[in-house]
Amino acid sequence: MAQITLIEAVTQALAYEMAHDDSVVVLGEDVGVNGGVFRATQGLQEKFGELRVLDTPLDETTIAGVTVGLAAAGMKPVAEAQFEGFIYPMMEQIACHAARMRNRTRGRITVPAVWRAPWGGGIRAPEHHSEANEHLFTNIPGLRVVMPSSPARAYGLLLAAIRDPDPVMFFEPKRIYRQYKEEVPDDGEALPLDVCFVLRDGTDVTIVTWGAQVKEALEAADALAEEGISAEVIDVATLTPLDFDTIAESVQKTGRCVILHEAPKTAGFGAEIAARVAEECLYELLAPVERVTGYDTHIPLFRLEMKYLPSAERVVEAAKRTLANS
Amino acid sequence: MSIAAKFEIEYLQYLDAEGKQVRDDLPEFAKDLNHMVELYKLMMSTRVFDAKSVALQRTGKLGTYASCLGHEAAHVGIGSAMKPEDVLAVSYREYGAQLYRGVQPREVYMYWGGDERGNDYQNEPARHDFAWSVPIATQCLHAAGTALAFKIRKEPRVAVCTIGDGGSSKGDFYGAINIAGAQNLPMVAVIVNNQWAISVPRKIQSGAPTLAQKGIAAGLYCIQVDGNDIIAVRKAMEDALDRARNGQGGSVLELVTYRLSDHTTADDARRYRGEQEVKDAWAKEPMKRLRAWLVAKGVWDDQKEEAWKNECDEWMDNEVNAYLETKTQPVTAMFDYTFAEVPADLAKQRDLALSLEKKAH
Ligand SMILES: Cc1ncc(C[n+]2csc(CCOP(=O)(O)OP(=O)(O)O)c2C)c(N)n1
Repeated sequence: MAQITLIEAVTQALAYEMAHDDSVVVLGEDVGVNGGVFRATQGLQEKFGELRVLDTPLDETTIAGVTVGLAAAGMKPVAEAQFEGFIYPMMEQIACHAARMRNRTRGRITVPAVWRAPWGGGIRAPEHHSEANEHLFTNIPGLRVVMPSSPARAYGLLLAAIRDPDPVMFFEPKRIYRQYKEEVPDDGEALPLDVCFVLRDGTDVTIVTWGAQVKEALEAADALAEEGISAEVIDVATLTPLDFDTIAESVQKTGRCVILHEAPKTAGFGAEIAARVAEECLYELLAPVERVTGYDTHIPLFRLEMKYLPSAERVVEAAKRTLANS
Repeated sequence: MSIAAKFEIEYLQYLDAEGKQVRDDLPEFAKDLNHMVELYKLMMSTRVFDAKSVALQRTGKLGTYASCLGHEAAHVGIGSAMKPEDVLAVSYREYGAQLYRGVQPREVYMYWGGDERGNDYQNEPARHDFAWSVPIATQCLHAAGTALAFKIRKEPRVAVCTIGDGGSSKGDFYGAINIAGAQNLPMVAVIVNNQWAISVPRKIQSGAPTLAQKGIAAGLYCIQVDGNDIIAVRKAMEDALDRARNGQGGSVLELVTYRLSDHTTADDARRYRGEQEVKDAWAKEPMKRLRAWLVAKGVWDDQKEEAWKNECDEWMDNEVNAYLETKTQPVTAMFDYTFAEVPADLAKQRDLALSLEKKAH
């Protein structure tokens, strides 16, 4: 079985589903002949033709709105936002229509669409190419926000997202697009949405994260283990709707919680998790919840970028603080 | 059936691909051969600057860079027609126009080299122009707003925005020209149609035969121009700027040119476009034809070309050195410009960043 990268897993999932479901169409800027600027749709147009892999005019509003129309008309569109930094013009269509159509029509019209977007920083990209803005979407009811953290989860979660009857934002952490390879059987097996994945069991502290930061979380857990501290690592994977039970179970066991994300701190999705921990696990907590996040600034251009991104060391320190405090 | 509206789009060209003059009615500025030599020189320095940028990127000294190879006539034509008091809102590759307005090559290098200070243009008039706008077409609305400010304050100034063929598909572009028409704003929207939006060819952007005609629906004056012919670009720009300055409203100019380079240094254009097409485009490139015309007029020759090329190299080498010598900003820089004053809560984060910085050293 071939070892593939996260981005190749995305392509593999798209190809699998397009081959098995005629209603799946891919659309966006440069997704056709060029195979996407990151090559996520490479080879798909050759296989499935220009109408099922459609290069659109350069207009995000058009892409998002046409996606809503396609989905409402019974297709399963997978739209690409070339970079999540350019997703803002799509938000109107996603928030005002995709996310509301089912409720607005009492289930008569639905929008089974997926919006994919390369997410996050760390690749020395130009301005507006490095944003982490998942929290802008987690506040929109009726929308799923999904972020894979490995090739296998990219494949399984993307298949699930396409098959899901509701609109899904699928944020792909581009920093780990090509970081490592993994065996991913092309068997069409989806992974479940709306559940967190416990990637590592532990007893002393729970580290909660998603997407690219899973790497730092696991590194931190390794470093903590060397000091005899046992960290449990949770990949949230589907941010909304949130599987808080898995997080709660873990925090109730460890009594400590460190939340890690790349987006700015204030009103980032970590705030939601921290609030839920306070609401539902306060009496099991042995220390205040810690958040390790990006700063409340714009992510700088790349000369300072790595100083913005939260590091594994910061997670280790935060975890130790929760232990010192208790 | 009666006809509610009818329109035509004119096409303007003075110099053909060989540098032969195809019209006798040369505009005033083009009769001043010294001035035409100056324009040629800036086109050349733009090209040398561009080659340096690509080389810097290839050696890891710059991040992703968007080349302007082939756009020299379009860009220098835009910049040279504008008055200092006008305002320019570009996307991200119009260096020729910006150099004319005083942006320094080192500033461009800094921006693409991952340093925000590249946006802090030191020289007028660029200092009052907008910074590079990476989210496509958004700058068109800034130009419309700026033009509205000029109208409100009764200032005889014009706001100019540039946009690609791809970008002209975006709602922001339509919105900008629409309000410019509705409010009779002093705005000139220039579509630099270089045939490609990354891998997407012009024909996938629009079913309309010209992009200029988009302005018709907005009630603007529209013209299509040979974007590789600097005389035509400059003339069409001057006319549009005059009309705008005189209260006669905005214009849409479509400059037909070609992107001779990859879209950016992160792109490989061979994936989606044929060699022959690029070869044909080189035959029409903007510098060759102006050079031929200047040589025929007896004001330019190989020696002058060589001498100016050397001067350009020296200029750019200086700029590259100045760029390479700039120290990275302190980590606090990311906090210092988020608000006019750093709010207390953010100041705590700045302290955290500083302490992490100290620990790292
Ligand atoms: C809103 C937005 N979407 C996508 C991008 C990514 N992108 C950068 S340049 C480009 C193509 C632009 O083509 P065009 O407008 O024709 O201008 P050109 O680059 O050819 O000068 C795209 C899609 C972007 N910068 N902004």
